[in-house]
Amino acid sequence: MAATIQGIGATAYSVNSDRFQLPSLRSFSESKGRFFALRSEGKVIGGSRGRNVSPLVTNAVAAKGESATASTSAKPGFNVLFLLRHEVLLFEALREGLDEEMMRDPSVCVMGEDVGHYGGSYKVTKGLAEKYGDLRVLDTPIAENSFTGMGIGAAMTGLRPVIEGMNMGFLLLAFNQISNNCGMLHYTSGGQFKIPVVIRGPGGVGRQLGAEHSQRLESYFQSIPGIQMVACSTPYNAKGLMKAAIRCENPVILFEHVLLYNLKERIPDEEYVLSLEEAEMVRPGEHVTILTYSRMRYHVMQAAKTLVNKGYDPEVIDIRSLKPFDLYTIGNSVKKTHRVLIVEECMRTGGIGASLTAAITENFHDYLDAPIVCLSSQDVPTPYAGTLEEWTVVQPAQIVTAVEQLCK
Amino acid sequence: MIKPGQPPQCFSRPSVLSSLSLSNPPPSQKKDKKKMSSPILSGAKILQTLPINSNAGGSASDPPKPLSDPLLLLKSKSSLFRSSPKLRRFSSYSPCRSFSSSSSSSSAVFAVSSDVVKEEKKKPKLSTSVSDLLITKEEALELYEDMVLGRAFEDMCAQMYYRGKMFGFVHLYNGQEAVSTGFIKLLKKEDCVVSTYRDHVHALSKGVPARAVISELFGKTTGCCRGQGGSMHMFSSDHNLLGGFAFIGEGIPVATGAAFTSKYRREVLKKADYNSVTLAFFGDGTCNNGQFFECLNMAALWKLPIVFVVENNLWAIGMSHLRATSDPEIWKKGPAFGMPGVHVDGMDVLKVREVAREAISRARRGDGPTLVECETYRFRGHSLADPDELRDPAEKARYAARDPITALKKYILDKKLGTEAELKAIEKRIDEVVEDAVEFADESPLPPRSQLLENVFADPKGFGIGPDGKYRCEDPKFTEGTAHV
Repeated sequence: MAATIQGIGATAYSVNSDRFQLPSLRSFSESKGRFFALRSEGKVIGGSRGRNVSPLVTNAVAAKGESATASTSAKPGFNVLFLLRHEVLLFEALREGLDEEMMRDPSVCVMGEDVGHYGGSYKVTKGLAEKYGDLRVLDTPIAENSFTGMGIGAAMTGLRPVIEGMNMGFLLLAFNQISNNCGMLHYTSGGQFKIPVVIRGPGGVGRQLGAEHSQRLESYFQSIPGIQMVACSTPYNAKGLMKAAIRCENPVILFEHVLLYNLKERIPDEEYVLSLEEAEMVRPGEHVTILTYSRMRYHVMQAAKTLVNKGYDPEVIDIRSLKPFDLYTIGNSVKKTHRVLIVEECMRTGGIGASLTAAITENFHDYLDAPIVCLSSQDVPTPYAGTLEEWTVVQPAQIVTAVEQLCK
Repeated sequence: MIKPGQPPQCFSRPSVLSSLSLSNPPPSQKKDKKKMSSPILSGAKILQTLPINSNAGGSASDPPKPLSDPLLLLKSKSSLFRSSPKLRRFSSYSPCRSFSSSSSSSSAVFAVSSDVVKEEKKKPKLSTSVSDLLITKEEALELYEDMVLGRAFEDMCAQMYYRGKMFGFVHLYNGQEAVSTGFIKLLKKEDCVVSTYRDHVHALSKGVPARAVISELFGKTTGCCRGQGGSMHMFSSDHNLLGGFAFIGEGIPVATGAAFTSKYRREVLKKADYNSVTLAFFGDGTCNNGQFFECLNMAALWKLPIVFVVENNLWAIGMSHLRATSDPEIWKKGPAFGMPGVHVDGMDVLKVREVAREAISRARRGDGPTLVECETYRFRGHSLADPDELRDPAEKARYAARDPITALKKYILDKKLGTEAELKAIEKRIDEVVEDAVEFADESPLPPRSQLLENVFADPKGFGIGPDGKYRCEDPKFTEGTAHV
């Protein structure tokens, strides 16, 4: 049963496959012939097009040393081509992506606090300063607004900086530069200057980090015209999105999550780049569309396990692209299931979920059988106490309840 | 008043740092213009140079060096310098030595009084001979033409604004032309300029055609930014004018980034002959802003090829610089971060040019940034919407008497670098240029609707994927500007 569903998912998913910029691969059906020819010397994994069926993760955060496979990520039907894979943690995947891009293009540089000698506060840039030098992996003083502006100036004059905010919350200090310069300069200069920066960093609610270190900035940045926002959730998409963001000519804000850095997964040895504007089908289903991103994906998958046992068949989509929304994938799903549940870590007011609700209602109103339900974090500054913090964020039990209500 | 024969400001090796007590006199004394001892002492400034910590191209052999040498603070007595009441400009001259680049400041140079006195005695003779060599005829006429262009253009802007051809916030540069001309005319094409909202004349000096600037002001599609930027956002990638920023202080980090690219190109990308310099222009109000200080720190830390030019026109809209700033001597803030701070008379284009020459070549050599404070004045209000009621008419008259264009004209005629007729011809030519520009702008088309959504993204795929599966930018209505995004 599961295999069939997966298979359907794979087929349905291969429609989008031509957007995947995999080297020498286009849509799965086109390349089928080539696929076997390419791999004829290698081991064909059962000839099946299905994705690797890996157990659902119960913990959103894999503790260090846990070997549970991190994701049930929807790799495209042709992931089986990636025979050679290696296991990485998410922060290592980010580093790999960054390292590959830095090798490929000498104008890619990194700047941020403690990215150089310290290796990054979450070790994403570990080893890069030794490899590329102190100027290419620049340790900045604690001046977010100014070094973000510096990155923007460098981008305008030909470099491709990757600016790290040690915690996304610190980028509030850089809001001036991000909104006024990053987002606007391409437009106000009449297209004369482009700003190919990547602004990245960990955000989200962690383990009792306190209110200020637990902020979700995607809701504040989403209105800025001229930027793109993506959120990674698995090592596979982290590396792919990092590479895509660096190669993109637009300014991209890449949201990582503090609790996801130690997720482990086997990712392809081959180089791959993902699309910044596309959503990821995590689990195809029939009854309800659950839209989520970042850490909440794992809460959703945990809830999905429970739901499956109760006989529901949720379709889980990791929207990945927070701005712009991939209305095609989302729309197709809505047209199929007619029920939408949004699960996010953003606050209720003015969050990503709010925008998504509006977008879906505007575009797919006729296809909805029930009002869209949006589960977000409470509109409170994240408390320190563990219990309170737990109740701030959406938990799997709430997701299960919401689906049950929605599907009545 | 300007003391005649005051030598051009120059840069020196580290010299004595006035002790803290002397460099920060009590506020009452600061405002007393006759009080001399501490400002003169400030001729002694320490240049805190730092070991170069950039490992170019990945060599990991150098262990991380400490990023700052201990400051060598030396107390010196205040009576060393002879003070002249007329020298209220707190000029920072120190014995002019040729500035040699060195990376360690292990030996501080003491400015000894007797040297300074000798220097002062030498000054009158030195200056007359020096200023004769300061400029050739071609250069003089070029400077004159540039300043006249700036003035005529801004006057025309005012006219056009009151006739309803342009709207919004327009900030005019009348009176400050010496700073723009003095600095920007020394730049090469690949050098970058970053400005503020008072950027028309910076754009013109950098080479952006008057037609493009005025069309931009009129909001026409032939403007330098296709009409999308306006008065406060002048950009030109051809001329390396990186803007045009509406919020003060915003441009300084961008300038720092451009300087960073220059250093990066030279050291990481190994383009040895690449040594572009960036100039960041901003006002006195900006010098109380955090971005200013943060960038001074970073620029000095990494020895970026940048010059921070403060156009101190004493007023930030209606806020007097003295009312807003604890220590109004902005040039003094440079040494606090490890770079020379220089004060120059911003109404005298030749003095500005001399200082600029030194600062720019310092940056180009790789010796790091400089903070130059140009004392200048804007003859008009902050913007065309400013009634300009707060400023004392006597102050305005005083500065009007020091009009940089009149001063240069007098200089040219006195030194026989040009004739009255030649200068008149220049003025006539400029008038024609400006008129032609206005005509051009008048006849240019307004932006069509299809331009609305262009240029939001460098890669318009950023608008995302629509419900039909296609990228939004592929929608034919997108180019019409009517697509729903």
